[in-house]
Amino acid sequence: MADDKTGARVPTVIADDLHIVYRVNGARSGKGSATAALSRILKRGGEERGVRKVHAVRGVSFVAYRGEAIGLIGSNGSGKSTLLRAVAGLLPAERGKVYTDGQPSLLGVNAALMNDLTGERNIILGGLAMGMSREEIKERYQDIVDFSGINEKGDFITLPMRTYSSGMAARLRFSIAAAKDHDVLMIDEALATGDRKFQKRSEARIRELRKHAGTVFLVSHNNKSIRDTCDRVLWLERGELRMDGPTDEVLREYEKFTGK
Amino acid sequence: MSETTHDGTVAVGAPVSPDEGLTAAELAAKYGLSVSGARPSLGEYVRQLWGRRHFILAFSQAKLTAQYSKAKLGQLWQVATPLLNAAVYFFIFGLLLGARRGIPSDVYVPFLVTGVFVFTFTQSSVLAGVRAISGNLGLVRALHFPRASLPVSFALQQLQQLLFSMIVLVVVMVAFRSYPDLSWLLVVPALALQFVFNTGLALIFARMGSKTPDLAQLMPFVLRTWMYASGVMFSIPAMLEDKNVPSWVADVLQWNPAAVYMDLVRFALIDKYDSSYLPPHIWAFALGWAVLAGVVGFVYFWKAEERYGRG
Repeated sequence: MADDKTGARVPTVIADDLHIVYRVNGARSGKGSATAALSRILKRGGEERGVRKVHAVRGVSFVAYRGEAIGLIGSNGSGKSTLLRAVAGLLPAERGKVYTDGQPSLLGVNAALMNDLTGERNIILGGLAMGMSREEIKERYQDIVDFSGINEKGDFITLPMRTYSSGMAARLRFSIAAAKDHDVLMIDEALATGDRKFQKRSEARIRELRKHAGTVFLVSHNNKSIRDTCDRVLWLERGELRMDGPTDEVLREYEKFTGK
Repeated sequence: MSETTHDGTVAVGAPVSPDEGLTAAELAAKYGLSVSGARPSLGEYVRQLWGRRHFILAFSQAKLTAQYSKAKLGQLWQVATPLLNAAVYFFIFGLLLGARRGIPSDVYVPFLVTGVFVFTFTQSSVLAGVRAISGNLGLVRALHFPRASLPVSFALQQLQQLLFSMIVLVVVMVAFRSYPDLSWLLVVPALALQFVFNTGLALIFARMGSKTPDLAQLMPFVLRTWMYASGVMFSIPAMLEDKNVPSWVADVLQWNPAAVYMDLVRFALIDKYDSSYLPPHIWAFALGWAVLAGVVGFVYFWKAEERYGRG
């Protein structure tokens, strides 16, 4: 995490007046019947037919620098996860731009895994989906299995993932996701999975990942884990950036706001 | 923005940063930052896609395996499904409707089975393509990879499915006295071209389906119409023989891509299905359709690369 000797701060992520809008089909308020849908189609031409817009992030700007660990806080639905996805370039921006150094990656591989496949095949599939080569995966395979602790209770890794308990599945998912090194790393509430023992292990792993990553973003509702890992906090509320500053300052205001 | 201390390298009250007053775009340019999620150039995109070839293959195989993993007979369904499909079509069109007009009876069954399998290959590639993006939004919103990986992977899954069907096909061929010979090798270029054609279609429909998920409801009807018009269960020239239409009509119908690829595979495999059943310039059309769909599909899909995932 070394900055330039001159003390100049090197930006890794710049968000410039970022707006994200989701378009939801078939969720227009009012009657959901087929005739209502038909009359809507007939009445209004153009883009707006039956589409409802959700403005999830409204004009957020910030600059993140190399070596920072930034926490994102805010109540449910305030746009934290959406903002992370936009920074990762996974959600197209409606207006504004995000500039990044290298390819930010979201610590999340869940979507690539298939419940009907064995844990073994899911490790390979998940690794490939994250852009690892087959050799890299082979190299780290045993580490992933050991880290997840799946095989502590018998040979579960050769069983389909649908037979796992929800805790086991979550542990395997985290183990796969955390197996790769990232430039800009974004973690979305990943610390809350598994039992106490596994949580400890994953916190240690996150710290390790931070050492290799230039910049870390962490979304969490757990103020303690934000305090432990972050030195700067962005507070989002209703898609707007309400506060941006050192962890203690922002968390104090946030706790006042949430009435803790 | 407030001053942040981190790792002690930047002290509070450090001299004003030389970056003060720069706009976001200027700052980004100064430190060589690029726009997140921007569309790469076409050449770069091809390179990225090639880099993901292991993922594409693994994803298609995983989808294929997951399909029947809960069934008691397991992977046996890979072969049983196409066999049952062919049996149904034979019962309805061969026995009940007598669609085999103009085709000797020992040619008709292999003719029909080949047609069903080859058309199904295109049909299921298109249907999988429509849902390739819209049905995998979770994946698109979680991980970075060239989005074309998904439709290509689904087309590849259908190709593997077809290879299972080919086992059934070989059995049917031998049962109806068409034995393996050198002409069977023609199946390879024919299916390769069809695969390129299917991938192109899957890419086109993946982009359209990502914008308009309703296509998933509409496409089965379009595809069924296409199937009945392409001569899956009857011979196009034999059907039109007594209809008093100019001969070019039969040629045009036979030049439709589905008919072209079916005819080529039949020609390769069935001994008595000789070139008199084929329209002129058939290989040129097979190649032309593949190149056209492949190139148009790929470029069309790439043009919207940065917009997939908004849903």
